[in-house]
Amino acid sequence: MRRSGSLIFGLLIGLFLGVAFIRRRTASAERADLYFEDGSMLSLSNGSPGAERLLPLARQIIGQSRTA
Amino acid sequence: MDAQQALADLTEISSQIEAAVVFDDKGTVVGSTLTDGERFAQSAADLLAAAEGLKTGDSPLTQLEIATGEGSVFVVRDGKTTIAATTAPAPTVGLVFYDLKSALRSVKPAPKPRPKPAAKPKPKPAPKKTAAKKPAAPRTRKKPDAS
Repeated sequence: MRRSGSLIFGLLIGLFLGVAFIRRRTASAERADLYFEDGSMLSLSNGSPGAERLLPLARQIIGQSRTA
Repeated sequence: MDAQQALADLTEISSQIEAAVVFDDKGTVVGSTLTDGERFAQSAADLLAAAEGLKTGDSPLTQLEIATGEGSVFVVRDGKTTIAATTAPAPTVGLVFYDLKSALRSVKPAPKPRPKPAAKPKPKPAPKKTAAKKPAAPRTRKKPDAS
């Protein structure tokens, strides 16, 4: 009885840590999503040439908005 | 609605939005939550121009989201008016876009009313028919029961 209780507790902790890890990874993913009038969308992940042009500009804007 | 009022409503409704600016196609700031709205608007216009350079088709860019580790930048364009905003990391993207579009719609001036067509001469009103009053039905009282 006590063993099964600790097993369930361990599983819940593992599940919680897994969810937290995935959320953290997703949140820190840097990307640029561009939406066009015809409904199409272009998603540029960090490392692509397009995103490398846009991400520094976005960081600059965020910096400006927090210091102003 | 006044752009400044629209932005005040936006930041009150959406707790995710940290700063926002509304500007036109010439870069003129219409409203801003920051004291240095000009610089913010200029940077947002530069970002929009850089993103326009990446498009593959003919369709114009209407909105964008750039997610970084420090936060996200959103830009929504409708005609000549553009709104740009910053948020904390990992915002609810759909909700932020919805709030920005609503704010942009409230900022945009209402379309000019169409000129009314020339008024047609009114036909003379027909003489009113007065309905004959019905004679009031004679009131009858029930006789109280004898019992």
